Amino acid sequence: MKDLDAEALFLNLVEQMRGHVGPDTALVGIHTGGVWLAERLHKALALTQPLGSIDVSYYRDDFGTRAKLGKARRSDIPFNVDGAHVIIIDDVLYTGRTTRAALNELFDYGRPAKVELAVLVDRGSRELPIAPQYCAHSLPAPMPASQILELETDDNGQLTLRLIDA
Amino acid sequence: MRNPQLTKNGELQHLLTLDGLPREILTAILDTAEPFTEVAEREVKKLPILRGKSIFNLFFENSTRTRTTFEIAAKRLSADVVNLNVSTSSTSKGESLLDTVDNLCAMQADMFVVRHAASGAPFLITQHLAANGRNDIHVINAGDGRHAHPTQGLLDMYTIRHYKQDFTQLTVAVVGDVLHSRVARSQISALTTLGVPEVRVIAPKTLLPAEVEKLGVRVFHDMREGLRDVDVVMMLRLQNERMSGALLPTPQEFYKVWGLTAEKLALAKSDAIVMHPGPMNRGVEIDSAVADGAQAVILPQVTFGIAVRMAVMSMLAA
Repeated sequence: MKDLDAEALFLNLVEQMRGHVGPDTALVGIHTGGVWLAERLHKALALTQPLGSIDVSYYRDDFGTRAKLGKARRSDIPFNVDGAHVIIIDDVLYTGRTTRAALNELFDYGRPAKVELAVLVDRGSRELPIAPQYCAHSLPAPMPASQILELETDDNGQLTLRLIDA
Repeated sequence: MRNPQLTKNGELQHLLTLDGLPREILTAILDTAEPFTEVAEREVKKLPILRGKSIFNLFFENSTRTRTTFEIAAKRLSADVVNLNVSTSSTSKGESLLDTVDNLCAMQADMFVVRHAASGAPFLITQHLAANGRNDIHVINAGDGRHAHPTQGLLDMYTIRHYKQDFTQLTVAVVGDVLHSRVARSQISALTTLGVPEVRVIAPKTLLPAEVEKLGVRVFHDMREGLRDVDVVMMLRLQNERMSGALLPTPQEFYKVWGLTAEKLALAKSDAIVMHPGPMNRGVEIDSAVADGAQAVILPQVTFGIAVRMAVMSMLAA
């Protein structure tokens, strides 16, 4: 994905979200790429609610066939979910199953007033009725299933997108 | 012979004992348990990992803490749990252990958590299941005779790692009735596998198994000498119910010589932690002031036990 500049997409996403967040908006990043992206967004949007992170491994519908036990990270929701405006952050939106898992996990912490979804790239091929409210880039055609698109970061939090032919 | 607990791919199929399990598996269990400790802080204290699975707690011997924490662990993983009070069940009418198991298999059991006074009873069940081609059913040993209590050993390792981080720098003392203790055997096995350089066993000669040194421990018969500069003190319960014959004088005399008091604990490192698997005999193997003191981590052990049992159950059945 040479033509996808993750930093440019990030700025685009910040601009899309800016008018729609208040100081009380809470971001929840999905491990791992979503957390890196959420950290940058949290700073750029100057949000005051502490940043949340979730690992959805145990909520996935394909847990056991795909997820590796012992590799899951601790979920951390450091704000009161009841009545909150929450934006779930993920790097790449694909089938929608990860988002479904994140919604289920989030609701085990309480009842949010509103939940939205922000992603850097929508690669298509949705298998569930899920759509992002904020999306920096939608691929014109769905990517083949054999390819993996993932976000990477360096020590300074600089974002890059990497395409892997599996 | 293959370790009967492992599949041919080297994955855990049952948990019967910590003996012979490689360090990678012990570490994987502790790592898996780590994020599970957070579940207790949620409004809904459940993960959907074992949704639809049926777990039978088969306790042929009394237990409150272990059975309850297994039950909570299974429920936090969304499994359905059935507790069989075996003393009032068909076993008391003469049904054999394996007939009981067959009946529960006919009720679509996915996992048995077994405690039995006879060493090897959980292993017997796994052999029976394998002979019937039921490799989809898992068995966890929740304590068998004097043999093993692997989840207790694992939760003890989790506790040590939580407070001391690195196993390879520690001196750990196991103190008390080692002879009758399945907990001690699981602890010693796990400590040596995880690379603890010095495991000490402190006990009177009458409460030590023969050739205990072969487990890779240093033996002390003087508590003050054995506790010197240790990082972790693991007390054992004096198991009066398992004793026959005059192995001991009175409990009062045992306390005088082998009870953990503040004065004896002062010989250990100043940041040493004190553990006990419960139930405690206050004033026999441990003084109340120590049990309730700042160095005791006995109640955190219980809490960590839930996460560790969740880890084992999810690794077996997920």
